Amino acid sequence: MSEVFISGIVVFVLAAFVGLEVISKVPPTLHTPLMSGANAISGITIVGAVIAAGAGEGTFAIVLGFLAVTAATINVVGGFLVTDRMLEMFKKKPGKSQ
Amino acid sequence: MTELLYLGAAVLFIFGLKQLSSPRTARRGNMLASIGMLIAVVVTLANMENIGWGPIIAGLLVGGGVGAALALRVKMTSMPELVAAFNGFGGVASALVALAEIERTSSVFDTETGVVVALSLGIGSITFSGSFVAFGKLNGSLPGRPILLPAGQVINAILAIAMIATAVWAISAEEALAYWIVVGIALVLGVLAVIPIGGADMPVVISLLNSFSGVAAAMAGFVISNSALIIGGALVGAAGFILTVLMGEAMNRTIANVLFSGFGATTAGPVSTGDKPVKSATPDDVAIALAYAENVFVVPGYGLAVAQAQHAVRELATELEAKGVTVSYAIHPVAGRMPGHMNVLLAEADVPYDQLLDLDQSNPRFPQTDVVLVIGANDVVNPSARDDATSPIYGMPILEVDLATTVVVVKRSLSPGFAGIDNPLFYQDGTMMLFSDGKAAVESVIAALGNV
Repeated sequence: MSEVFISGIVVFVLAAFVGLEVISKVPPTLHTPLMSGANAISGITIVGAVIAAGAGEGTFAIVLGFLAVTAATINVVGGFLVTDRMLEMFKKKPGKSQ
Repeated sequence: MTELLYLGAAVLFIFGLKQLSSPRTARRGNMLASIGMLIAVVVTLANMENIGWGPIIAGLLVGGGVGAALALRVKMTSMPELVAAFNGFGGVASALVALAEIERTSSVFDTETGVVVALSLGIGSITFSGSFVAFGKLNGSLPGRPILLPAGQVINAILAIAMIATAVWAISAEEALAYWIVVGIALVLGVLAVIPIGGADMPVVISLLNSFSGVAAAMAGFVISNSALIIGGALVGAAGFILTVLMGEAMNRTIANVLFSGFGATTAGPVSTGDKPVKSATPDDVAIALAYAENVFVVPGYGLAVAQAQHAVRELATELEAKGVTVSYAIHPVAGRMPGHMNVLLAEADVPYDQLLDLDQSNPRFPQTDVVLVIGANDVVNPSARDDATSPIYGMPILEVDLATTVVVVKRSLSPGFAGIDNPLFYQDGTMMLFSDGKAAVESVIAALGNV
């Protein structure tokens, strides 16, 4: 197994433990926004998609790359925006709306 | 330098997730995470050499436009299915990254790369098809009830084994076609795994698939040796898993239970509505009960979300408050279509945050409550969960509204809820049933209040 691959595994395991620790005691109110926000972060695959699209040679590879970038961008842009919309609603203080 | 900037992005993701877990900082957390994402993308673009900009720019524009349009236009009631759809796009993106790599290298990989390619394809494709089945179930284009296939579990197990065997073939023979077959099997498996699960359990399923899409992204990170993907994917994979467990706990269900039990299908035994007397009320009766109460609890449920009655409820509360009635809302952890969904809907209708009480805050107050107004909720106020050890929902935490002096249940019919079981609350002495659509009922009560 290559050096790069092994250090990748190290990073993966450590990051997973951070992920386990960072989420604890979340009030149910925030379950949906948190899921939506985490979902947007999983759109990090956009980085891979951009690399794949840029490196693509041949029509088919380019089409695959384009589709990957499109799908990942929908996930990222839509995910962060919809999370923000949900959270924006909590912000309103009772006094403001009256 | 690239690696350090990726690390910076990852740190922003971690802070973002942390802050998203607390009401006061949540919005800033989402902002931080999105800045992290922007950094990761810009760094990647700045670092690439000899690239074709065309597909990248086109993809960013199309994806950004579609994503923004969907996110900004969706009604808050249909937000859960939108999250499911976004998640599906994330999953398929990871699978596409792996497919592009297969195309670029003519599927010649060393063994460990072959394994992670197969994992990205399999997990990403399951996430994609599973998320879109969840989307269909939530928006009503697929039936929400569990669809049980004969020997469904056996078929799924065979498919899973076939997928692994095909992956082994693909890796050892360096065969591109075999990788594509892995994608095909995974897509079918995603559909078959989610279709037997009832609509009420979709939040847990979406959360689990969210965790999957994180893992798929991390695997894609191994394929192209990119640390941003590995870190971000692992974070979401783990955080999403914990969130799934928390959601399951709120519903008193384990993940295994959700995935393999076909909830709702097995428990739909004879529902004996029988000849038990039900007290049916008119909007005038309800208006009188509410107007002369000192304190009122509103218990909103799925039916309120469907009827989009949150604004009408807010109006009713304002009217009552003008008459000196104290109004609070008791929110069950799984009220609405996702945990926290109801809070979002009520916040949209400008209900003050401090009037929203959770399960532990509400239950001690019900015995001193004059009127509880249950709108479109059923299983979450079913006393069987507390009293009847033979009930399928026994042990599920409920709002104990039956302890209040008067309970008004607004419901379209006596039909059982998701769990398919009868609710003794409807037949108890202090209960009045107002049979109507949630929104129409609340509006007619508001009108009747004017005459009290």
